[in-house]
Amino acid sequence: MRLPHWLSRHVAALRVLLVLTVLTGIAYPLVIVAVARLPGLSYHADGSLVRARDGRVAGSRLIGQSFAAAGGAPLAQYFQSRPSAAGTGNGYDPTASGGSNLGPNDVVDHGPGRPSLLTQVCARSRAVGELEGVDGRRPYCTPDGVGAVLAVFRGEHRVVSLNQPCPTEPFIATYAHVPVECARTGEDYARGVVTPVRGDAPAHPAVPPDAVTASGSGLDPDISPAYARLQVARIARIRGTTVDNVVRLVDRNTTGRVLGFLGEPAVNVVGLNLDLDRAYPYRG
Amino acid sequence: MGSTGAGALLIVSLVVALAAAYRPVGDWLYRVFTGRRHWRVERVIYRLVGVDPDGEQNWGGYARSVLAFSAVSVLFLYAFLRLQNRLWLSLGRPPVKPDQAWNTAASFVTNTNWQSYSGESTMGHLVQMAGLTVQNFSSAAVGIAVAVALVRGFARGRTGRLGNFWVDLVRVCLRVLLPVAVVGALVFVAAGAVDNLSAGHDAHTPAGAAQRLPGGPVASQEIIKEFGTNGGGFYNANSAHPFENPTSWTNWLQIFLLLVIGFSLPRAFGRMVGDKRQGLAIALVMAVLALGSVIAINGFQLAHRGTVPQAVGAATEGVEARFGVPQSATFAAATTLTSTGAVDSVHDSYTALGGGVAMANMMLGEVAPGGTGSGLYGILVLAVITVFVAGLMVGRTPEYLGKKISAREIKFASLYFLTTPGLVLVGAAAAMALKAARVSMLNTGPHGLSEVLYAYTSAANNNGSAFAGLNADTAWYNTTLGVTMLLGRFVPMIFVLGLAGALAAQRPVPVSAGTLRTHQPLFAGMVVGVVLIAVALTYLPALALGPLAEGL
Repeated sequence: MRLPHWLSRHVAALRVLLVLTVLTGIAYPLVIVAVARLPGLSYHADGSLVRARDGRVAGSRLIGQSFAAAGGAPLAQYFQSRPSAAGTGNGYDPTASGGSNLGPNDVVDHGPGRPSLLTQVCARSRAVGELEGVDGRRPYCTPDGVGAVLAVFRGEHRVVSLNQPCPTEPFIATYAHVPVECARTGEDYARGVVTPVRGDAPAHPAVPPDAVTASGSGLDPDISPAYARLQVARIARIRGTTVDNVVRLVDRNTTGRVLGFLGEPAVNVVGLNLDLDRAYPYRG
Repeated sequence: MGSTGAGALLIVSLVVALAAAYRPVGDWLYRVFTGRRHWRVERVIYRLVGVDPDGEQNWGGYARSVLAFSAVSVLFLYAFLRLQNRLWLSLGRPPVKPDQAWNTAASFVTNTNWQSYSGESTMGHLVQMAGLTVQNFSSAAVGIAVAVALVRGFARGRTGRLGNFWVDLVRVCLRVLLPVAVVGALVFVAAGAVDNLSAGHDAHTPAGAAQRLPGGPVASQEIIKEFGTNGGGFYNANSAHPFENPTSWTNWLQIFLLLVIGFSLPRAFGRMVGDKRQGLAIALVMAVLALGSVIAINGFQLAHRGTVPQAVGAATEGVEARFGVPQSATFAAATTLTSTGAVDSVHDSYTALGGGVAMANMMLGEVAPGGTGSGLYGILVLAVITVFVAGLMVGRTPEYLGKKISAREIKFASLYFLTTPGLVLVGAAAAMALKAARVSMLNTGPHGLSEVLYAYTSAANNNGSAFAGLNADTAWYNTTLGVTMLLGRFVPMIFVLGLAGALAAQRPVPVSAGTLRTHQPLFAGMVVGVVLIAVALTYLPALALGPLAEGL
């Protein structure tokens, strides 16, 4: 029996698909999995696992971790990772990788527990500044660590500080000779023109950019050398060792640009903190 | 050296590497498309499948084969996703829900790889391998096959025959994609990409928390994801995930891989039409557009305009520390200039104009250099439109590569060009009109509109990257974006094959003194101009409401 043309074409299509499935979908991946068992490859193929002194898996060298307590307070004996948007709480959940997806002009808080990206940046900068004993101020941030954003109502003689709910005192008393109000919950300020205020913070804040922004994966294992340097004094003090000793470990966990131009120099926080625990255990 | 200097050197190194690859890769592709001998394993496959490898097809037969293969692929992948819980290596995950399975099947078969799911919590290992990875190979090969059929239309005369789709498909998979994938996957493993069949490891972190580290056959999918300009990540974070893209040099390699076929295909085209200079001219058009875009997006990201980047002091939100801002920006340009859509940073958090460039790259029709195959046929259609415009200006019957561009040809070319903008603008407008679709936006104001516009642009152009704040896992977006991807892929393909058939049937006209020299800089410049003007006229109003309103 001969099949009609259109049907035999679809049968051929199904057969091609099945052949390609066997070749590229089963044989090929299994060959790669098998070859990846070879010594030299298997460590990476298994996820670059690192172990603590007791032999248990402490994580992966490639996957960042939070070094904060369950409630979010940083554990001062460890180098801190970047903020992470992967999962809830302290982030760094590999079952929910990803970034914040918040845009460059997300400056108005969306309600309790839903801060804008600007407020997140300001709050992180303030917290890192306090932890490291440096100036945590940034442009467009209030001293209390939220986005310095006003709603200006043209022709109504009215200005509201959008991210400072009452009874917080607004970060400036007046704007263009108009007294600034705090934001009352439930009130609609959509008619006001959203106006971020630069303030007088230094153009190059002491807290580096990577310390106040989340990565794309939420699993970034690295921080910039600048952020590592900022943390060295605290680590040395808490662990009872010298700054030089800590710097040596930082250098050991720093990767420069490959070939001198690929990527950015980066310090692997996971490797660094495990090295610290080995060399200068914390006796808290 | 500063970050900007390193970023500039990265661009230079990519240009050098792609220029060096142009001849060898192009010549290799040429031999694959034109070789008369079949490998023994290919003969076995043709016998198993029941096709005659030496029987050529006319444009209708070729198109029906493309559609049959793709339709079967969508159904097969849909069933696979729905039944994954009954198969091995499902990691105990439930079936993918119907609207998401439809979206994913359409997405991977169309080389889009838009993902409304996150891989680490939705897909089992078997469906990643035998479902999604297979489409990474075959959808790339389908694109190349259609491009080759169009080139045969230019190269041949007075014939209806455009080659054999099954042969083109099998050859590209076996001779081009698979060998590179085998070597490349192992290179990625050596760099740190994971590749195993494990369900993962439980780690106990020094901070006293538990962390679940995922496993999976990642490296084998990663390489073809870039080389086939697919872009679907094994994990949600895609190429930002350290298990997919562990180092700064794998980042370079990924950018190179996703560009190399697109930039080398014009060489194969030039050789097939018997004039290498024609291929070079097309490659230069692609290069000019690509370089302009790469420089623009780097400029906007380094200038970091916008309140949050100004507060931070750099556009580092959504950027990995090991890649840095400029090298992520170059990746973003490359992935949207091709149909890849892999991301190593969060496009939604880019500066308004930086993200706008990523969107505009896709709106160019992804022709610089575009997806595997689709980039070449896209730019050739635009070249046809350019000779038509030039012919109108001097009052001569336009010709391209010895073929007259008459009413029939220009109809196919125009319909090709109009399909994608129609899908983008209608889709985005419909979504904005519906409250249920608007609530999916994460960001507010113009940036929210950008999220929706980006989604339909990405789907219609088969890119797959996203302003990922948009919650696209809803019945509306899964369904409409699935339809958009299928129409955006196969309607233009039918027009391309129709154009190929019309061209192949012609008797070649000899070159005369009045023939427009299509290998010269004048013509290359005209193509660049036509691309930019046509795109600007089509999309400027939409862009003005989104990225331009936010960034200016």
